[in-house]
Amino acid sequence: MSVSVRIPTILRTYTGGEANVEIEPGEATLAGLINTLEETYPGISQRLVSDTGELRRFINIYINDDDVRFLDGLQSATPAGAQISIVPAVAGG
Amino acid sequence: MSETTAASFGAATHLVCRACGAHATLGADYSCWECFGPLEVAYEFGTVTREQIQAGPLSLWRYAPLLPVPANVAETRTLSPGMTRLQPADNLAKALGITGKLWVKDDSGNPTHSFKDRVVAVAQTAGIQLGFKTLACASTGNLAQAVAAAAARAGQRSVVLVPSNLESHKIQATAAYNGYVIGIDGNYDDVNRLCSELIGEEVSADWGFVNVNLRPYYAEGSKTVGYEIAEQLGWRLPDQVVIPVASGSLLTKIDKGWREFTSLGLVEEHPYRVFGAQATGCNPVSTAFADGQDVIRPVKPNTIAKSLAIGNPADGPYALDAVRRTNGAIGDVTDAEVVEGIRLLAETEGIFAETAGGVTVAVTRKLLAQGLLDPTAETVIVNTGEGLKTLDAVSTGDGFTATIAPSVDSVSLVIASGK
Repeated sequence: MSVSVRIPTILRTYTGGEANVEIEPGEATLAGLINTLEETYPGISQRLVSDTGELRRFINIYINDDDVRFLDGLQSATPAGAQISIVPAVAGG
Repeated sequence: MSETTAASFGAATHLVCRACGAHATLGADYSCWECFGPLEVAYEFGTVTREQIQAGPLSLWRYAPLLPVPANVAETRTLSPGMTRLQPADNLAKALGITGKLWVKDDSGNPTHSFKDRVVAVAQTAGIQLGFKTLACASTGNLAQAVAAAAARAGQRSVVLVPSNLESHKIQATAAYNGYVIGIDGNYDDVNRLCSELIGEEVSADWGFVNVNLRPYYAEGSKTVGYEIAEQLGWRLPDQVVIPVASGSLLTKIDKGWREFTSLGLVEEHPYRVFGAQATGCNPVSTAFADGQDVIRPVKPNTIAKSLAIGNPADGPYALDAVRRTNGAIGDVTDAEVVEGIRLLAETEGIFAETAGGVTVAVTRKLLAQGLLDPTAETVIVNTGEGLKTLDAVSTGDGFTATIAPSVDSVSLVIASGK
């Protein structure tokens, strides 16, 4: 039931340099996935989620190409085999 | 990246996070290591005088002491954009009911016909300092042309990534420079995301993405629009300015440029108001302004103003800050109003703008009608690109008033019949 998570350069210090990690979340939501990530890579969750429990402003997370802000945020479903991508926000132009 | 000589960024000293204030060294970083916030270039300016600037080249490099570039930048092989005209727009003022002076800062006069040449020139220069061999970008079209042309001039490879549904003539115009033009099945936000994911990958190890890993430098290029407006007005600031908003970067940097000019004593302190313009089909910043929100809720763009179609603008919060701090406003207009705006500017001033320019003119009209813009104040509106880039938006029929036999009588008949 694992999902694949793409880690941006800036967070690879937590994953020992790994760009892609396979995670088996305890609960099939983004929040569950972040909790499981935290168990394996301590400290990473506070970089993604604020003290008030919200996704940080300058982080975008995609589940199979959909921005979770268009889904259910941290409650978005993370089905088995999903590709999750964590990307720092960039202002385009 | 390896480098044989020490990199030079002029008066720039470090990068600073706009969100949390953390510092980073000058490098190919765009995202704060603490909070992911956007990094911005910080400086320690020495004395910069009007005379020094006026003695410089007739390009944005006259402002080199205020940019993160080496002192000899004007001698390097860039497109040397900038110093576009600031056009008095009396006819448009009359049509809009503006009794104060109205000016159009017409950045369609840049080498590839949009303001993007400015940001690319600064990013390219920084990229070379940082040892990147390839110039790359995610683009809605204008940036693609600017990057491909600038790379050609510097003898660099270019790789531009664009949504595959982009207007075909923008793709063809980019392809002329013979770099990589890669169409992505997706919208601009998808392309932007892909470029972020390419950072740190093997295939793109020597790529400087002007609007991703070179973004702090890139964004500084937009300050020169503000510098030029002030210098061309005779070293003073206008009362109000209307600026199109895509990522929000141009608006925030024009404001930054004017604050720098003021603190350096290059212009007298003068209160000004900053207004933003969006298309209703992609109006996340305008919506946040209207709702009194600080946070931008992303949207999926659907507008003919493709160069403004950024649904998730990370500089949006800073654009909101600048607008609110100066008692400005942000408005949005429908695609039909955008076309009317393009036509109005063309028929009153002889300036054919791309859709973004139509957005600016139409929002100016709307903000006047709403009483948010002061019709008695001196106003500058910014046109960021050339109308030929978005010809489809204003095309009607074959474009002919009439098609006739080659005879004087036929011409007389057409003129007698009127438009």
